Amino acid sequence: MLNLAVEQALNGLQLGVTLFLLAAGLTLIFGIMGVINIAHGSLYMIGAFFCAATLAATKSFLLALLAGIGGAALAGMLMEMLVMRRLYARDHLDQVLATFGLSLCVNEAFSIVFGQRPLYVDIPPWLAGSVEVVAGVPYPTYRLAIVVVGLLVALGLYLLISHTRIGMLVRAGSTHRDMVRALGVDVRLLYTLVFGLGALLAGLAGLMAGPVYTVQVGMGEQILILTFVVVVIGGLGSIRGAFLAAMIVGLVDTALRAFVPPWLKTFMEASAADALGGGLSSLGIYLLMALVLLVKPRGLLPAHG
Amino acid sequence: MAEPLLRAIDLVKAFGGLMATDHLSLDVGEGEVHALIGPNGAGKTTIVGQLVGELRPDSGRIEFAGEDLGALSPPARLLRGLARTFQISQLLLDDTAADNVALAVQARAGHSFRFWRDARADPRLRDEARRHLVDVGLGAVADRRAADLSHGQHKQLELAVALASRPRLLLLDEPMAGLGPTETQAMIGLLAGLKGRVTMLLIEHDMEAVFALADLVTVLASGRLIASGPPARIRDDPLVRDAYLGDGDA
Amino acid sequence: MAETRALRALGLIVLVALLALPAVAHFAKDPAWISLVTRMLIYAIAAVSLDLILGYGGLACFGHAAFYGLGGYTVAILFHHARSSEVLWGLIPGSTQFLVTVPAAMLVGGVVAAAIGALSLRTAGVQFLMITLAFAQMLFFLFSSIATYGGNDGMTVRRRNEMPGLDLRDDTVFYYLVLALLLLALWAGRRLVRSRFGMVIGGIRQNERRMAAIGIDTYRYKLAAFVIAGMGGALAGALMVNHARFVSPDMMHWTKSGEFMVMVILGGAASLIGPVLGAVTLVGLEDLLGQIPKWGEHRMFAIGAILVLVVLFGKGGLWGWIARRLSRGGDG
Repeated sequence: MLNLAVEQALNGLQLGVTLFLLAAGLTLIFGIMGVINIAHGSLYMIGAFFCAATLAATKSFLLALLAGIGGAALAGMLMEMLVMRRLYARDHLDQVLATFGLSLCVNEAFSIVFGQRPLYVDIPPWLAGSVEVVAGVPYPTYRLAIVVVGLLVALGLYLLISHTRIGMLVRAGSTHRDMVRALGVDVRLLYTLVFGLGALLAGLAGLMAGPVYTVQVGMGEQILILTFVVVVIGGLGSIRGAFLAAMIVGLVDTALRAFVPPWLKTFMEASAADALGGGLSSLGIYLLMALVLLVKPRGLLPAHG
Repeated sequence: MAEPLLRAIDLVKAFGGLMATDHLSLDVGEGEVHALIGPNGAGKTTIVGQLVGELRPDSGRIEFAGEDLGALSPPARLLRGLARTFQISQLLLDDTAADNVALAVQARAGHSFRFWRDARADPRLRDEARRHLVDVGLGAVADRRAADLSHGQHKQLELAVALASRPRLLLLDEPMAGLGPTETQAMIGLLAGLKGRVTMLLIEHDMEAVFALADLVTVLASGRLIASGPPARIRDDPLVRDAYLGDGDA
Repeated sequence: MAETRALRALGLIVLVALLALPAVAHFAKDPAWISLVTRMLIYAIAAVSLDLILGYGGLACFGHAAFYGLGGYTVAILFHHARSSEVLWGLIPGSTQFLVTVPAAMLVGGVVAAAIGALSLRTAGVQFLMITLAFAQMLFFLFSSIATYGGNDGMTVRRRNEMPGLDLRDDTVFYYLVLALLLLALWAGRRLVRSRFGMVIGGIRQNERRMAAIGIDTYRYKLAAFVIAGMGGALAGALMVNHARFVSPDMMHWTKSGEFMVMVILGGAASLIGPVLGAVTLVGLEDLLGQIPKWGEHRMFAIGAILVLVVLFGKGGLWGWIARRLSRGGDG
C-alpha cells in the first residue's frame, strides 16, 4: 500500500510539473500581454512532434531536444508576430476565437504532414531503466528525470522573475503596460520574446511527455483544458499560483485515477467500475476547481491586488 | 436637532500601508449641500467607494436615514435612496440618452423580470425619462446615442440618470471635472436648481462651484478631516490654504 | 427606410426559399439537402440561444455544448427507458412523445444551467470563460463514463419521437417542425431583447458598474439569461438527437462549444439573424469543403484559417457586413 502511494505520488508530481510548464507559459502570457491563448496546446504538440521527427531522422537525442524546444519557441514567436500581436487590444472573446481557429489550423496541418497515427518515441538509453526511490519502490528513471527537469525550470523561472528586469516587467503586470513603455522598453520585442519563452516551456513539456504518452494530433487539447484548470485554480497571471495549483491538480488527478476504480470494484462489476471510475476521476479536477472558485473566486494566489 | 440623513462614523480604510481614510466622520443633513474637497490623493474617491458600497471600510460605519448600511451592495443602497454620479462617466454608450435614463426609471420601478413587452414603447418609462432629460437640458438630444454626445453632455446625462432614481441623497463625484467655463456655469446652475429638492454630497475640485453651492464644506487631506464648516470660514482657514498650496493646484 | 424595406424583402425571399426547399430537393432527387438544412436550422437554434448571453449579455460562455448535449441525452435516455420499460431512479418513466421529451430536455437544460450559472457567474471575464468550459468538460466526462447509456460510444435512438397528428419520421415533416421552432425562437428572442429584461441584459454588457449604480442586482439577471440560454441549447440538442437518432458525449465536447461561439461571432453577435447566418455558413462550409476529394477530411485547416481571418479583419461578422452594405445602399 505504501509502495503504491509513493509511486502514485511520483506520478502525480510528474503530471504536476508537466502541467506547470504549460501553465507557466499560459499565465505568463496572460499576465504580461493580457491575452488568452487556446493555441497553447498546439505548441505542446509542436514540441513533441518536432522532437519525435528529428529523433527518427537523426537518431540524436540532443538534436531532437533542440528541435523540439527550438521549434516550439520559433512557432510561438511566429504566432505572436502574425496573429497574437493584433489581438492585444481586443476582448477575450476575440482572442479565444482567433486562437481556437489557430489551433484547428495547426492541428490539421500536423495531421496532413504526419498523419493521424500516433508516433512512439524511445527513451534515451541513459535514462532507460529504473531507480529505487525508496527501498523496494523501483521507479522509471525517465519519469523521475521529468520531475527533476520540471522542478529545475520552476526554480529558474522563480529566479528570472524575482531577480531580473524581465521579472520586474512580469510583476508589473499587464495593468501597467504604459509604465513599461515609459521605461523605454521595446514592448513589441519583449512581447515576442515572452511569447517565445512560453512556447518553449510548452514545447519542453510536450517533448518530455512524448515517450510517456503517445505523440499524436490532439494531444495538446486534452492537456490544455487541464492547464486552464490549473491556471484558474492558481489565479490568473500568477506563476507561484500556477506552481501550487499544478502540483495539487497533478496529485489529485493521479490519486483519483489510481484509487477510485479499485474502490468502485469493491461493489461494482469490473468493466462498469473502470468506465465509471475513469469518468469520475476525470471529473474530480473540475469539481475541485469549482470548489476553489466558490471560496476564492480569483484563485488561490491571485496575481495582483 | 433632526437626525442627519447620512452619517459616516469613524471610517478607516487602508490600502497596504497607505491610510486612504483615516478616522473620518461626516454628517450630511437633510436638504443640505455638503461639499467634500481636498487635493489630489486626499482620499475622496475612497470615501465615495465606501459610501456607495463598492469598498468595505476596515472599521467604522455608515448610516443612511438612521439605518446602518453595513455590507449592503451598491444596488441595495440605491434602492434606499442613495444615488451617485461618476467622475468618469459610466454610461451605456451604445444606447440613446433616453434609453440610459429610462433604464434607471425602470430599475426604480421594481424588478425587471418582464420578458415580453417592448420596453422602449412603454410610455411610463419613456415619458419620465424625457422629463429628466429636459430637466438637465438634454431634451433636444434624447434620441442620440450616448457615444455621440459631448463630454459636457455626458456629465449632464450622468445627472439625469441619477435623478431618475429619485434619490434622497445625491452623491456627486466631481460633476465639473473636465468641463469648460461655460459648461461649468451651466452645471452650477443645474445643481443650484436642485438645491432644496434633493440632499447633495458634492465631491469637487472646482472651488468656484463649491463656494457657489455648498452650505457646508469639509476639507480632506491625506485621508484625514482637517476642517469643516461654512464656506466663508473654510475660505480663510490657514490649514486649508496650506493643504492646497502644498499640493500646488488650487 | 430603404434599409428596412430591403431587409424585409430579403427576409421574405429566404423564408419562401426555406418553405420551398423540400419540394425542390425532392424534385432534384437530392433529399440529402433536407437533412443538411435541418442540421443548419438546429444549430441556428443553439447559436441564437448562446447569443443571448454571449452577444447581448457580453458573457463569454465556453460551455454551451453542455446544455446542447444534456438536451440530447434527455431525449435519448427517455427513449431508452420507454423501450426497456425500466423506470429511471424508480421515479421517471421513459417517453417517446415529442411533446414530453422536448420540454423535459429544456427543463433539464434550465435546471443544470441554473446550477452551473450560479457558480460560474461569481466570476467574470476569462475566469468565467474557463469555468464554463470546465463545467462542460465535467458533464462530458460524466456521460462518457455511464456505461448504461453507451459511455464513450454513445447510443442510438432507434426512432424519432412521436407527435399526435404529425409523422416526424418523415424528414420533410421534421424539417418543417424544426423550421417552425426556429422561427418561434427568433420571435421570442426578438420580444425578449426588446423587453425590460432585454434592456437590462444589454446594459450589463455595456457597463455593469452603471447597472449596479442604478439599483440593478446584475447577478440575478445574468443568471436568468444564462438559464434561458441553457434551455435554448437543450432544445437544439433534443432536436438534433431526434434528427440524427444518435447521441454521444461528442455533443458536449469542448470543440462543439467552440463551434457555437464561432457561429455567433462569424454571423454577427448581438443580433438575432447573425447567429442563424453563422450556423448556416459554418455547417454549409464544412459540408462543402468535406466534399472536396482527398483534401475534404482536412477541411478544418481551411475553417481554422477562415476563423482567424474573420476575427482579425471582419467587424461585426456577416450580418454586420450585410447591414453596412444595405445602409450604404440606403444612403445613395
